[in-house]
Amino acid sequence: LASQMAGEKKAGDKKAAEAKPAEKKGSQKKLREKARKPKKHHASRNPVLARGIGRYSRSAMYARKAMYKRKYTAPETKIEKKKKEKPPATITKPVGGDKNGGSRVVKVRKMPRYYPTEDVPRKLLSHGKKPFSQHKRKLRASITPGTVLILLTGRHRGKRVVFLKQLATGLLLVTGPLAINRVPLRRAHQKFVIATSTKVDINGVRIPKHLTDAYFKKKRLRKPKHQEGEIFDTEKEKYEITEQRKSDQKAVDTQILARIKKVPQLRGYLRSTFSLSNGVYPHKLVF
Amino acid sequence: VFKRFVEIGRVAFVSFGPHAGKLVAIVDVIDQNRALVDGPCSGVRRQAMPFKCMQLTDFVLKFPHSARQKHVRVAWEKENINEKWAATRWAKKIEAREKKAKMTDFDRYKVMKAKKMRNRIIKHEMKKLLKEASKKGKKLQKAQK
Repeated sequence: LASQMAGEKKAGDKKAAEAKPAEKKGSQKKLREKARKPKKHHASRNPVLARGIGRYSRSAMYARKAMYKRKYTAPETKIEKKKKEKPPATITKPVGGDKNGGSRVVKVRKMPRYYPTEDVPRKLLSHGKKPFSQHKRKLRASITPGTVLILLTGRHRGKRVVFLKQLATGLLLVTGPLAINRVPLRRAHQKFVIATSTKVDINGVRIPKHLTDAYFKKKRLRKPKHQEGEIFDTEKEKYEITEQRKSDQKAVDTQILARIKKVPQLRGYLRSTFSLSNGVYPHKLVF
Repeated sequence: VFKRFVEIGRVAFVSFGPHAGKLVAIVDVIDQNRALVDGPCSGVRRQAMPFKCMQLTDFVLKFPHSARQKHVRVAWEKENINEKWAATRWAKKIEAREKKAKMTDFDRYKVMKAKKMRNRIIKHEMKKLLKEASKKGKKLQKAQK
């Protein structure tokens, strides 16, 4: 017994000795752990007698869960914050003039000076109605950069043209090239175009980044200061080709022309126009 | 009057139906409208086929009626039907039709240019011959006078 006791004591001492520094470390660890992890939740302190019926009443549970120690306030809501940071409702402004009293107290936010006769009814919530700029742009799978397209409408109808890229509004940026068929850098609508299966390799061609929809948009003057007779003169009647357009055209076309020359007969093909004749049915043609 | 007959071993071209465009050999006759038919080298399983959808070709194989597919295949390969068929005008016309239907817009342009050039050359030669002929004619007329 004595030896056992001694053994136990030694073990106990060792444990105690180990425990003390361990406890310190442990308690520190626990604190750290508490800070990191939430404490493990206790199982329900209210044993179930039957389904829906607990052993203890509300007040007994209050005591058992020690809710008297755990009183929380809701975090300060944004409304409360805003309420605190109220700007002043009125301002005193200096007023000129003699015998006027020097200043007036003026409301900062005034009442509306007009109410409509009929109240506009509240609009119902809708979802998914996006403005045009956020619409999804689709592109037919048959149209890839370098495809030869046949324009169907506009002054260049029937001409075969090289597709460069799709712009942000969904229109296609297209070029003749100008030296081949007099079609400049231009926008074309996807729906009014036939995509052929002929493709030009446009792999390394760099298209300047400033060629966007805003660059191509038609410009209209809007300052009719004079009366009716003179308005029509100020609007652009004659379209003038700017130097920037010329330089951009050159920059793009030189790259593309080099690639077109590599394919035999492609240049002549782009120069020709498309037309239907007797016995030619578009639904039977393979483009 | 008739040169191609329905007989055992006659190779026929299937004109419509699920096996349109393939060659088959007539193995046996079932009744007035149908034949037992087999195309081992053209991907047609042995089956009954109405005569209406068959068009007879010039080729006849030698095998007994109701012969197994193996024998039909042997006879087919011995006669080299596939190559012979490809060499016929019939098959070439079919192929030309298919190619024409598959032409892309660019191909059509190239064909147009080729035709134009060909016709120019022909016209040129024709004009030369006509000129010579007219010269000869004038000489003859002068000589006669």
